Amino acid sequence: MSSFSFPFPRNLLLPLRSLSPRLSLPLPRLISLYLPSSRLRFHGVSTRLMASLERKHRIAEIASSIRVIPDFPKPGVMFQDITTLLLDPKAFGDAVELFVERYRDQRISVVAGIEARGFIFGPPIALAIGAKFVPLRKPKKLPGEVISEEYLLEYGADKIEMHVGAVQPNERAIVIDDLIATGGTLRAAVKLLERVGAEVVECACVIELPELKGREKLGDIPLFVLLNGA
Amino acid sequence: MASVDEQTRIKRIASSIRVIPNFPKPGVMFQDITTLLLDPKAFRDTVELFVERYRDMRISVVAGVEARGFIFGPPIALSIGAKFVPLRKPKKLPGEVISEEYSLEYGTDTMEMHVGAVQFNDRVLVIDDLIATGGTLCAAIKLIERAGAEVIECACVIELPELKGRERLGDRPLFVLVEG
Repeated sequence: MSSFSFPFPRNLLLPLRSLSPRLSLPLPRLISLYLPSSRLRFHGVSTRLMASLERKHRIAEIASSIRVIPDFPKPGVMFQDITTLLLDPKAFGDAVELFVERYRDQRISVVAGIEARGFIFGPPIALAIGAKFVPLRKPKKLPGEVISEEYLLEYGADKIEMHVGAVQPNERAIVIDDLIATGGTLRAAVKLLERVGAEVVECACVIELPELKGREKLGDIPLFVLLNGA
Repeated sequence: MASVDEQTRIKRIASSIRVIPNFPKPGVMFQDITTLLLDPKAFRDTVELFVERYRDMRISVVAGVEARGFIFGPPIALSIGAKFVPLRKPKKLPGEVISEEYSLEYGTDTMEMHVGAVQFNDRVLVIDDLIATGGTLCAAIKLIERAGAEVIECACVIELPELKGRERLGDRPLFVLVEG
């Protein structure tokens, strides 16, 4: 088995679920038992190592809190259910923190969240980094003037809408959703923001389903995720 | 009686909400909170006012009504260390759910909650952006009480008092920031 890498390889997700409940010692204390006693000489290494291991521990906890529901919404689909993450305040807080740490110094002025689960992760991030929150919604939900972007589904098409005037030209934006599958919705969201002249700095999701190649669909817009799902 | 600081914050919140006439249908003055979300200070103040009220009330669950309750609920839940439980339209939640039907002006709708999300001894805060007739909030309360938990309070940014939603909630307290 290879060493830890981010996002976790798919097959690492399952073993971690059984590991994490047994990981009862706080990680930094566990590591300090094995580090040389000369803290002065090894301080830099031990701090970085501890921070890195702490981060990996947080991601492991997040991963183990997500449950998979088979055959939803239809047979053959393994649905990644983040509602169980939301029932774990520490894991939910850690997930938000991981995004906040990444974006707080990037002068992001817009966090755009995709209805509906993007509405759960986007606002806490926006609040923490001092950005506006802009909801991207299904048709006819937003009152007032909107712009729309159509995108393809497996069968048929759907539309996503944004308020006119919510985002100004040259604003730096990130797009948030809980999960990226084929990337159709995210790409439509990116197009909406680019049509009003904003710069989409990155798309961010809790989970990526890499087999569905959503990352490619985003082209040169970077994608940041915490976890890979099977 | 709200302090001066609270009044200042509430004034800013109220003025950041825009009213859209004749949406979703003629005669309705729609209270649009998306403009509040475009003002980071007003949005932060909104969350803070709720957090200040609930942080010492041992709330273990914040239940948010889809979809605008998903915007206000999670920041509150994270600040007070509570679980966030989404209450959703039919067929959105995977896995086992309980459902509660409620009346609309014409017809009915259904609200769902995951089985096991709320436990019998949870102290629950229900959040939505606005209370109108109170039908949605009543359905939310029923779901939570069916799970055996206690609804401590319902909280909304906006109340439309003419529609008497507060009466419909009966003895469950309602806390709002702004009247529309």
